[in-house]
This record gives sequence, C-alpha cells and structure tokens, in this order.
Amino acid sequence: MSIRLHHIQKHFGRSQALSPIDLDVASGELIGLLGPSGSGKTTLLRIIAGLETPDDNPATRLLFGERDVTRVHVRDRRIGFVFQHYALFRHMSVFDNVAFGLTVLPRRERPSSGDIRTRVLRLLEMVQLSHLAQRFPAQLSGGQQQRVSLARALALRPEVLLLDEPFGALDAKVRQELRRWLRHLHDELGFTSVFVTHDQEEALELSDRVVVMSNGRIEQIDTPEALYRAPANRFVFEFLGDVNHLEGQVHNGILTCGDARLRVSLPDGRHELLLRPHEATLADTPDERANLPAVVTAVVPVGAEVRVELSADWMSEPWLVAVRHQDAERLNLARGARVYARPLTWHHYPETAGQARRSERRAQTAST
Amino acid sequence: MQRIGDAPALRRLLIGAAVVLSALFLLLPLVAIFAQAFAEGFATFVTNISDSYTLAAIGLTLFITVLTIPINLVFGVMLAWLVTRFAFPGRRLLQTLIDIPFAISPVVAGLVYLLLYGRNGWVGGWLDGHDVQLMFAWPGILMVTIFVTCPFVARELIPLMQAQGSREEEAAVTLGARGFTLFRRITLPNIRWALLYGVILTNARAVGEFGAVSVVSGAIRGQTNTLPLHVEQLYQDYNTVGAFASAALLALIALFTLAAKALLEWRATRLESSS
Repeated sequence: MSIRLHHIQKHFGRSQALSPIDLDVASGELIGLLGPSGSGKTTLLRIIAGLETPDDNPATRLLFGERDVTRVHVRDRRIGFVFQHYALFRHMSVFDNVAFGLTVLPRRERPSSGDIRTRVLRLLEMVQLSHLAQRFPAQLSGGQQQRVSLARALALRPEVLLLDEPFGALDAKVRQELRRWLRHLHDELGFTSVFVTHDQEEALELSDRVVVMSNGRIEQIDTPEALYRAPANRFVFEFLGDVNHLEGQVHNGILTCGDARLRVSLPDGRHELLLRPHEATLADTPDERANLPAVVTAVVPVGAEVRVELSADWMSEPWLVAVRHQDAERLNLARGARVYARPLTWHHYPETAGQARRSERRAQTAST
Repeated sequence: MQRIGDAPALRRLLIGAAVVLSALFLLLPLVAIFAQAFAEGFATFVTNISDSYTLAAIGLTLFITVLTIPINLVFGVMLAWLVTRFAFPGRRLLQTLIDIPFAISPVVAGLVYLLLYGRNGWVGGWLDGHDVQLMFAWPGILMVTIFVTCPFVARELIPLMQAQGSREEEAAVTLGARGFTLFRRITLPNIRWALLYGVILTNARAVGEFGAVSVVSGAIRGQTNTLPLHVEQLYQDYNTVGAFASAALLALIALFTLAAKALLEWRATRLESSS
C-alpha cells in the first residue's frame, strides 16, 4: 500500500520538530529515513504510525493508498510497528506476545484459538524461533527479541510496516544478519516499509530509496547509488561518509592555505573543498598541481585498504586518506613520516546554511 | 581480603548496636503488648475481646478499611496513570500535592475536615440543612481515612510506571488493543506487585489511624469508635488488660501485614533472579 504525506508539520511546545513535509512512498517500497539525532526522523515515523499527531493544519493529509488516515487512531490504522528497544510484553511468553494482536480483535473478526495457534506458530517458524515459543522476553538475546517483535508486528498482516531504529541496539554481526533477513522478508511479503536509522551504511544497504533529514527538513530523497554519487548539498555529502576539508583563498586559479597550495578552476575568493578518503592518494613529493605537505599520525589497515590519518597546520581537522596496501608499503608509511596528499578529485558546495553554521561554530571555539 | 570500612571491631560494634536498639525499641514493646494482653490469662483475653463495644470497634475498623482500599486503589491507579502517561501544565504541582497527606499532621487533617464538613462548617452547614451528617459518624471517619492513606498506592506506582515507560502500551495500541483491554492485559500485569504493596500499606494505615479519626469520630462507644480509639478509651478507664487485649489485635493485624509484605518482596526478588 502506498503512503502519501502532505504538509506534515510538528511543533513540540515552541520548537519546531518538523517543517512542513511532503513525501510519497510507493506500494511495496522499502524506505529509510536517515539523519542525525534531533533531525525529526523518529517524529515523522511516529506520525505515520499515529503515535504522534501532526500540527493541526487544513492542508495536512496522510493517505494509506486511497484511504485518508489523517484523523484515524493508531489502533485502526492497521500498521505494524517495531520499536527500537523491542517493547515486548515482558509478562507474556513469546507465543503470547506474537498472538496478542489476534487475541484483541473484536470477537466477530477474531480467529478461533486453533487458527490463532497455527498462525502464531507459522510466524515463529518464519522468524526461526519456534523452539523458544514458551520462553519469556527476558530470557532471549537482543537479536531474538527483535525477531519476536517483528513477528508480533506482522501477525495482523499489515500492509505498512514501520520500524524505529530496529537494529540500533544490536551488535554489528547480528545487525548485518537481521538487515539481510528483513530485506528478504520485505521482498517475500510485499508490504511497504519505512524504517528510521542514524547509520548511513544501514540506510544505503537496506533501502530502495533513502530520505536524508536534518533539522526537521528533508535534505534529499534518492536511491542509495544516486545519493552517494550526487549528494544534493553539503549536509548530505558530509553525513554519508568521512570527509576531508581544505579551506583557503583562491587567487588566479591557485588555492592557498598556509603552506598548502592546490591548482583549482574556481573564481577568486574564499572557498572550501571537500573530498572523501578514497579521493586522494599519497606521494613523497609534491607535483605541479598540488603541494599539500602533511605528517602521518596513524596507519590503520582495514580490509582491502590502509587508512592513513594526516595532520598539518593548514588542516582544520585531521585528514583521512585510504590507500592501497602496495602503495602504503612503497611509501614506507609509518607514524611521523612526511608525505604529500594528492587530491584525485574534489567537491565544492556554494555557501549554504550548513556552512554558515559551521563557520559560526568555529568562531565560537576560537573565542573560548 | 578486607574491604574499606570493614574493620572487625567496627563491624562488631555496629551489629551489636543494631541488635540492642532493635530489641529495646522494637521487639520488647511487641512482646510487652502480648504479655499484658494475656496477663490475667487467656479466658480474660477472650472476655475482653468479645465485649460488645470491642466487637463494634473491630467491626467499624474493618468496615472503614474495606471501603477505603478499593476507593484508594482506583484513585491511586488513575493518579499514577495521569502523572506518568500525560504531559500537562501543573503535572509537577500535582505530584507534590499527592504528598500533602504525608506532610500534614493527621490531627490537622481531622480538624480541617471538621471545619469544612462539621455542622457549623462551610459545606457541613448546607448538608445539615439536608439532614446529612458526615462528622461524628462513619462517613467522616471514612473521609479522613481516605485522606491519610491516599498517597500510598500512587506513590508505589509512579516510580515504577515512570521507569517502565509507555512503550509496551504503545505497542499494544498499534496491535489494536483498546481502553480496558489495554489496562487489563498490559498495564495491570506490569504493576500488580507494586499495586498489592500499595494496598498492604494502605490497609495497615487505615486500620491503625488514630489522630485524624479521633477528631472527627466523636468516639461514641459502640457507634463511632474504631479499634485504636477503643484502645485509648479502655486505657483511660484504667482497664489496662482490656486495652492491651485490643492493642494485641491491632499488633496482630500489623504482623500479618508485615508478613504479607515480606512474602511479596521475597517473591519479587525471586521473579527477578529467575529472569
């Protein structure tokens, strides 16, 4: 079932949690709401669920398919909701937890207890927990609890499944496994899902489309590939991965900052360039394009690459550069070695609100 | 291995002091009550207890307690729910107001009720015109008993419900649970031990309340005399053995209450360690 949000806005007291938001989710889509804490992503999810009400505004509309649910109570919206900390009923067995939604149906819609039993057992089989049906939540691991909570949310066969940081409290390996498994379940059962996360890797891996949010606004909606390749603005670029900064004065096509120099095709004036760790290499000499001297402060081999941390007077924060193992060996990289960074490419975003905030913050730290 | 503050001499001194003080101030008086009650033999004790005024006092005390508990149970649950599940202006003030009966002297509470609901009082005067008498009758006793015991249930529930949060209730609502089903199947099971604990405390206080009740009861023998008031009256009449017989009854109720409370706590820790 498709979900359409129109002019959804929310204030808590005097602070604005969500600026008016429009969002269309296609039927069967898996959408990730990604953003730092306080970006409004959880509020938005809870509004879709009906656990939170948007501000009263005549333009506000929330549609599930053709059904207008703007003023429909949570219990009648027929959604499945998975909570961050599972919210399992601690006094009920796993079986009773999953059966709960079926047992509270109005009498004429309620299946017979035999039918309920069959359905719950099938759900538990699906989440591979049949053998734990009689256990209590406190006796399960985090990953098992989250699977119970998923089975419980799916018991009423909702067409919309909403998940609030579903894997946030789990360790990396279990998280990976559950992600794959949720994707599989989603494709098999064909419900429409919206999940909230602050983990960019999770959002990029799991979603059909990612909604990047900050400060109660949507910054960009795109497929993971498009998002990573073409971030709409500086915030999105910075949020999606590690970023190195180079800020300086451009004069006649040369950017200067302390003893750092880089040839760029930018008009004269002050500019800031951004680049990802893999968008630079290291060498033991400068070249005609770039003279960016630095000192190696850490060398960390991670998988197929070596992550090198650099520091220099002209950097506002240390740089992180990813190089191949053979390059690291050739350059004889070790802590304290002097090297030259050579950007392969770089990104440039014209002055935005985000940048204004950043420089403001820098001014603050300088004054304290 | 010796831990900080665990010197043998200090330990012996502290344990010794605790034992002596407990014996002197807690155990000895309790033993004395029963010793006095049975001073002239078991038969006299029975005679004292089965005295018609004593029986009336027991009856009234139980009657008041049986009415107070359900009223405060419902009130306490509603109050705890309100304070922990909703945000509204004045919530903190309300939480402070709950404690007024604890902070105020029961005698003062009794006097305030007398002032308001007595025959010459603001509300009482009007009620008197309609032939309703609250003070110096059982409704007055009930009212002040409810007043002094009303924080117990809410006070037990509020910290627990705050700690548990409303996530489970939210989950139940997303699964379609409505009003009373939600309370019966999700909220109640999670708070039942705290609720029972609150009831036990309410019971203990309702049975034993003296100050507020003595002001509003009028202490008419056989009519508005509760057990604690009766004990005092007998004692004033120089009937020491009779007074202690009734006191022994009160002490017995208290001991039962304590046993029930200990049982509950034991059960709670056992449940916790098993999960």
